[in-house]
Amino acid sequence: MADRPGIAGLAFRQLRYENKVFWRTPIAAFFTVFFPLMFLVLFSALFGNEVIEIPGRGSFSVAQFYAPALAAFAAGSATYTNIGVGIAFARDQGILKRFRGAPLPAPAFMIGKIGSGIWIAFLASSLMLAVGVVAYDVSIDLERMPAALITFLLGAGSFAGLGLALGSLAPTGEGSPAIANATYLPLAFASDVFIAVGDPPAVLDFIGKVFPLKHFVNAFQDAFNPLTTDLAFRPGSWAVMAAWGVFGALIAWRFFRWQPRHRTRKSRRERRAEAG
Amino acid sequence: MSAIEVRGLVKSYGDLLAVDGIDLTIEAGEVFALLGPNGAGKTTTVEILEGHRERDAGEVRVLGFDPASESRDFRERIGIVLQSTSVIPELTVTELIDLFGAMYPRPRKTGEVIEIVGLTDKAHARVKTLSGGQVRRVDLALGIVGDPDLIFLDEPTTGFDPSARRNSWSLIQNLRSLGKTILLTTHYMDEAQNLADRVAVIAGGTIIAEGSPDTLGGRAGAGAKISFVRPEGAADMPGMFRVEPGHDGLISVNVDDTTAALHALTEWAVRRGIKLERLSVTRPSLEDVYLSITGDAGNG
Repeated sequence: MADRPGIAGLAFRQLRYENKVFWRTPIAAFFTVFFPLMFLVLFSALFGNEVIEIPGRGSFSVAQFYAPALAAFAAGSATYTNIGVGIAFARDQGILKRFRGAPLPAPAFMIGKIGSGIWIAFLASSLMLAVGVVAYDVSIDLERMPAALITFLLGAGSFAGLGLALGSLAPTGEGSPAIANATYLPLAFASDVFIAVGDPPAVLDFIGKVFPLKHFVNAFQDAFNPLTTDLAFRPGSWAVMAAWGVFGALIAWRFFRWQPRHRTRKSRRERRAEAG
Repeated sequence: MSAIEVRGLVKSYGDLLAVDGIDLTIEAGEVFALLGPNGAGKTTTVEILEGHRERDAGEVRVLGFDPASESRDFRERIGIVLQSTSVIPELTVTELIDLFGAMYPRPRKTGEVIEIVGLTDKAHARVKTLSGGQVRRVDLALGIVGDPDLIFLDEPTTGFDPSARRNSWSLIQNLRSLGKTILLTTHYMDEAQNLADRVAVIAGGTIIAEGSPDTLGGRAGAGAKISFVRPEGAADMPGMFRVEPGHDGLISVNVDDTTAALHALTEWAVRRGIKLERLSVTRPSLEDVYLSITGDAGNG
């Protein structure tokens, strides 16, 4: 059909719609954007923002390490938690079913979801770095920004894929934030987000190496790290992040449902009651 | 080509048979009402036709498509008004209708749709601030924004006040006059009577009666009920009326030949100079017929 709307245009409309819903849900906006920012403020207040002198490169603040780590953390939660919880709730409310009953191609829906998650992640991470620069003397090395951008896109993309998986597997909307936090926050502790452990126990080390968050955090930190001088390209970490993103997308491919689950159960129960 | 054609439709949930061999043909341009008690299989049937559920067995063609194919061409030509209100609470009415309208090749204009469902003064209100009845009207708007050929209306006026219901009825009649096919489920017999060209009654997963609202369950051939206040000196009334009055004080008699029975009664009354207070002749309502059909099915 000649006048049929294109997938790209529909995906962009979906993206804008997801963004609107995000900013109109204050609790989501708070936890995604301002909660990680609070950590930056708290860490700096608790541990002080000491200045380290590095011979030949100048002086750097401790926030030079915190801010990128928390920026990566915020990006992960903007994608993983928001997308996962958003899908689970929208399914319970029958919103996904309504999309399914309209001629919205599934790829347009998915691209809108992922794109909106990555865009919000970009805003949250940029805000974190901007506050770092303005308030805590974080300095940005333009030469390393291409690597930072690649790391960011792969990291956010990875957690967007895992968010789709979370949304597909979570049994109910109400239970989904608990699942998201119970998986993401412990992982953050094992992934150098809050405290960088110099010589971690074997288990933590293993978790950090296998899951994508530590790769994301460390690769992103490297693009701001004053102790190193390379351009911070980290193909090994990028590969791990990409693999997890694809894995999440495959889980979603297999288990994603448009229909609310509880309604089927309820109506079955009702029918049984009536039949009996 | 018929708009909807169903042969031997079967669907079960676990060991519970929800739809047990339904045959149904709905012609293009028809308004068809599916009636039946809760749990009779109405919603399951409609959801299979919409493409929301998969069937276990049977042939289904909707506008020539198999709804289970999930084709975009199919979904461009149908409009669905769901039973549960499931609209995005954070968006305004205009934003929501814009979002869904953009998915169709030839959508109706958003402002026009909002006017049709009577929400013009709420056009820029967020959905979560609307009342239940207003949200149902948003539902209705989403069902028609794509200007579909076939519209599914699952209990479209449940929870409406009488004036909102009348407005929805005139909207549905309006859609019919545009040549749209409408499949409607409802609990309200007056709704089916007013809107539907044909009705079918589902119970226990099968269709137990089908016809126009005026002929369903032999309604056209059924006699009428004559009732009146028992007059003084009723002893020599025509025999068929010599019955005890009901709890309402009225003598009520079901007759097969209304004309003859009424003639006998009034001829007697005029001859005796008696006025028959509250004399009325009523035919069984669709609701009477529905209750007797579904009651039989429940007992049988």
